[in-house]
Amino acid sequence: MLECCHFPFTLDSVLSKSDLESIGLTIRLASTVTLILLVIGTPVAWWLARTKSAWKGVLGAVVALPLVLPPSVLGFYLLMAMGPAGMVGKLTQALGFAPWPFSFGGLVVASVIYSLPFMVQPLQTAFEAIGDRPLEAAATLRASPLDAFFTVAIPLAFPGFINACVLTFAHTVGEFGVVLMIGGNLPGVTRVASVQIYDHVEALEYQAAHHLALFMMFFSFIVLLGLYMWLPRTSRES
Amino acid sequence: MDGIHGDFYLKRPGFVLDVKLAFPARGVTALFGPSGSGKTTILRCIAGLERVVGRLRVGGEVWQDAEQWKPPHQRSLGYVFQEASLFAHLSVLDNLRYGLKRMAAAEPKNLEQAIDLLDLSPLLSRKPAKLSGGERQRAAIARAVALSPRLLLMDEPLASLDFSRKQEILPYLERLHQLREIPILYVTHSADEIVRLADHLMVIDQGRMVAQGPLGEIMTGLEPPVRLDEFAGTIVEGVIGAKDSIFYLARLDFPGGSLWLVDDGLTLGDRVRVRVLARDVSLTMEPGQSSIHNVLRGQIDGIVADNHPGLVLVRIRVGETIFLARLTKRAAQDLLLGVGQQLWMQVSHLGLVPLGA
Repeated sequence: MLECCHFPFTLDSVLSKSDLESIGLTIRLASTVTLILLVIGTPVAWWLARTKSAWKGVLGAVVALPLVLPPSVLGFYLLMAMGPAGMVGKLTQALGFAPWPFSFGGLVVASVIYSLPFMVQPLQTAFEAIGDRPLEAAATLRASPLDAFFTVAIPLAFPGFINACVLTFAHTVGEFGVVLMIGGNLPGVTRVASVQIYDHVEALEYQAAHHLALFMMFFSFIVLLGLYMWLPRTSRES
Repeated sequence: MDGIHGDFYLKRPGFVLDVKLAFPARGVTALFGPSGSGKTTILRCIAGLERVVGRLRVGGEVWQDAEQWKPPHQRSLGYVFQEASLFAHLSVLDNLRYGLKRMAAAEPKNLEQAIDLLDLSPLLSRKPAKLSGGERQRAAIARAVALSPRLLLMDEPLASLDFSRKQEILPYLERLHQLREIPILYVTHSADEIVRLADHLMVIDQGRMVAQGPLGEIMTGLEPPVRLDEFAGTIVEGVIGAKDSIFYLARLDFPGGSLWLVDDGLTLGDRVRVRVLARDVSLTMEPGQSSIHNVLRGQIDGIVADNHPGLVLVRIRVGETIFLARLTKRAAQDLLLGVGQQLWMQVSHLGLVPLGA
């Protein structure tokens, strides 16, 4: 009875080494993508929320594109671009990098593009909800625009940041089509959990597929539960 | 050069702002006008929140001209918005400190003074969401005052509050006015607030400056640009020259005469300001026995129609001081009133107005 509650022990006995490897890879990929998108997505969302430019609609549409495109379409174009004959591929070759397809780096680039709207859109909504007034008040209190962004806009949009990060992370964990197109199925390099489950099913290893799928469901639920229990509390405080 | 001088030009669909303003860098200047006349836009132009064609000089420092434009955070100003606009993620104290932290030469005593002035000590650790509307506006005023700026801009700070909240805030504004440390430009469309707070008045309508000058001069003009209606009247400034301790009265001596008022602890030599509303002034040819003891000899300076077709406003000169009387048109006719005529003026009510040093 005691042993069942010893979490790593239980996990180890139920999930195979390659399962654990795919889970580790998935978490590493999702964390990297979330961090990169935090850096890229914040200024994009800020610009979209504040601009009066006519380009707002164009950029907004481009950002939303991954929401409507089948992942295979996106994966196909990325594969073409990153391949030896593609524009990105030629560039990476000229710079002396290893080709991106079928590597972790390629997976990261593809996932950043694929998950972009999940970072940008919640942030844009959060920034828009702040409105002009707090920033104007900050300006009349001697804060430069950059200062006001860090000391007023980001704290006020904090729940939006949490929301955007969780959505991005979760969406990257759940990615399948793009990964398959661009990364293939290399154990320890590009074989993430969703692909591993697919492999188990292909090989008719339903028991193993069950274990991994259950783990993913449990993991996702815990993350979202934690978030939604915690978020209302932080926004009530502010 | 002293004072605040500026001109702004802005064209938008259906609205043109074209104003030239000049007001003293001391006391309270009220910017008065109907909704949509451009009051807030002018304030935003002065703060640099709106960038338009124009020039602006504040106490000798150029904030905007043909060559340069200072962004708002480089202007020594305080701004109180219509809604408090406190930072929701910061406590009251951190809101007050926000601007001070960003000033090179911030005086800690300014913060303490602002907290005292607006009675904020018990509220300092609270978040804005835990404050009432009036408390929030007090904190917002303190946040701007703590900077001790060259110019404090207030955009109808009472407009979003209900009547009793207004009465809660007004005394604080009067205290701020009495300290007279910071020049204030105060946007309002309330005649009552003008009479209680302003020294100087600028009247704007449809994006244009209609009149500007000292409050007394503008208020007693015969073609008043401000429709003060019930608040039409005069501000009389003078010195307490005598006290009657038996009847608890004090005598206010002003250039041209004197008025008795109920003594609420005034001392001899005090400079005070009283408001004499046109509706509290009546005219008579012969002063008789009356309950009204403030009777002054004056001369009619002008007569104009009032807003209501049944009423007229009569301008009476008593020495150097101008009073307004509101009469019915019939009374004016019965008394055969005409410009230049000498008569007696009875004042039934005086309102003491706080006065800066």
